[in-house]
Amino acid sequence: MLEIKNLSASIKGNAILDGLNLTVKTGEVAAIMGPNGSGKSTLSYVIAGKPDYEVTSGEVLLNGENILGLAPDVRAAKGVFLAFQYPIEIPGVATMTFLKATLNAQRRARGQADLTTPEFMRVVRSAAQGLKVDPDMLKRPLNVGFSGGEKKRMEILQMTLLAPRLGVLDETDSGLDIDALRIVSDGVNALRGPDRSFVVITHYQRLLEHITPDVVHVMARGRIVKSGGPELALELERNGYRDYSTEAA
Amino acid sequence: MTAAPAFPRTAAELGLAEQFHASLGAADSPARAEAFRRFESAGLPTRRVESWHYTDLRIALAIAAPLAAAPDEAAIAAAKDRLAKLPRLAPARIVLVNGVFVAALSDRPPAGVALAQPPASPTLPADDPMLALTLALAPAGIAAAVAPGAKPPPIEIVHCFAGEGPRAVYSRFAIDIGADASAAFIERFVGAGAETQRHASTVIDVAAGGALAHVAAIEDEPGLHVESEVVRLAERAALDAFGFVAGGALVRRQIFARIVGKDARIGLAGLGLLDGSRHADTTLEVVHAAPHGSSREFYRHIVADVATGVFQGKVIVQPGAQKTDGAMKSQAILLSPEATMNAKPELEIFADDVVCGHGATIGALDPEQLFYLQARGLPQAEAEAMLLEAFGAEAIGRVADSALAEALLTVMRDWLARRGRGRLS
Repeated sequence: MLEIKNLSASIKGNAILDGLNLTVKTGEVAAIMGPNGSGKSTLSYVIAGKPDYEVTSGEVLLNGENILGLAPDVRAAKGVFLAFQYPIEIPGVATMTFLKATLNAQRRARGQADLTTPEFMRVVRSAAQGLKVDPDMLKRPLNVGFSGGEKKRMEILQMTLLAPRLGVLDETDSGLDIDALRIVSDGVNALRGPDRSFVVITHYQRLLEHITPDVVHVMARGRIVKSGGPELALELERNGYRDYSTEAA
Repeated sequence: MTAAPAFPRTAAELGLAEQFHASLGAADSPARAEAFRRFESAGLPTRRVESWHYTDLRIALAIAAPLAAAPDEAAIAAAKDRLAKLPRLAPARIVLVNGVFVAALSDRPPAGVALAQPPASPTLPADDPMLALTLALAPAGIAAAVAPGAKPPPIEIVHCFAGEGPRAVYSRFAIDIGADASAAFIERFVGAGAETQRHASTVIDVAAGGALAHVAAIEDEPGLHVESEVVRLAERAALDAFGFVAGGALVRRQIFARIVGKDARIGLAGLGLLDGSRHADTTLEVVHAAPHGSSREFYRHIVADVATGVFQGKVIVQPGAQKTDGAMKSQAILLSPEATMNAKPELEIFADDVVCGHGATIGALDPEQLFYLQARGLPQAEAEAMLLEAFGAEAIGRVADSALAEALLTVMRDWLARRGRGRLS
């Protein structure tokens, strides 16, 4: 599904990713853990195509195609979804309007017809119910005045509707209480399947108690420095990241 | 050098003098003569005049186009065809062609509204050369008086230009809202082209307890559009005015408002959609001359390409206008490195117990918001249009009449869609 080869990227002249290699198989849930400043969020932004980052070397292959030269919306239409650590507030745009526009834009990019309004209402209602998203929230401007938990549930609602092939979750657990964490994790787990892969970026093991990863990668100083099974997350929880703070150099 | 600079008359100024003396006969109307004298003593405004600092008409108005003729049968027939295709924005329509009221094209005003000629020499709380020029050269025009206590349905005033080639059209319109009456007027400007020079004036008087909702919309593409609104609000009177600028090469909208009775309220708002090389200037002067008044100004501009937007807002709180509550906001989004916005909010406060504030922002679209929308699959042009529509819609939200607001939203969406297509080509 996702193959990252020798990826280096910088922002405003500061090198963040330094020859990163990562493979995520189709149907796999890969957790990426690492200390603050190791480049986890940068990795998620570079996959999604944020313009601020300059890729200085390497490739990001989605099903064999290098997506690095593509605009973010083209990547989205090819199945990349980034759940933001800090979802952006969009004043003046009703959440429903936004959801419909994005869903139809992706359908159009794939040569599919727009959803009719009743079809759209049906899929949104059912997805919202599953994530305990209050219908009133959908009428409000996107993310404006939403609590931290509401914003994260809205991210997962969008992911559910857009049904990506690759979901990149950037610190989705940050700012969530236990109940919200469970709702969000259930939402992600419901989307797991043999055709869909996830990259779950997190600082803490806590999220991985709810979303069990197939593999765990440790990131430090802009690279993957260790990979293993779910037990690796537990080890990190016990020992912290001190073993990795110098190893990557 | 301490002597005041004596500018020679420009060709346009000489042309205007010739037109005034030839066509209307100064001797016939002392009021017109006085108005023209005021224009002549000031001349066309230059950037040395503070309130015209960003719009220099001495340079921009190189030649005064010949006056548009009073509408003959052919012009009225042409206007009729045009109006037949213009969807109504209000139940009742009043039509001026080249500044002249045309009863044959107008509806009978609704109950509670009477039409008459405006006074020849209105006492205006404003001294501006272009307003004076308009009063000197405009045909008699029309005044709509709403009877005390009346609440008529909304009325649209269509200012229609009919003619060929370079023409100057002057118009006078007046609205009198009687005590405790409530009304809505929409002034629409249609039919003008690049060779049209338009000078329009609207004098608004709201008596005690009266309320007026007023919208002005430029729906055509005049080469020059200079529009003056002169407002006087009595005790407890209220005005909500909205200006919609989506056309015109050189546009100047100026509003002179004076609150003369206590507890009056004024809300001025507007949206400018400026692309190409348009230049649009909105200049306000709001004078609080009575206590317990409130004023709100809320203007937004979207400026693309090499266009220029101007917002000047001056709120003056006179001595004795205690408990005045004023807030002014101007916000602009620039869509290209060559787009320009000049914003100058000003407060002049001579009373000590007031709450007044102002703010101005000028910026680009937020790249974080754009990336978020694009990451969800919206192509860049669509993502931009969504953010711009939200930005503009908040200004249009100040228009209370929902059908009218919807009509303005449609114009804005078309404008955004045209921009999006243009960018992709």
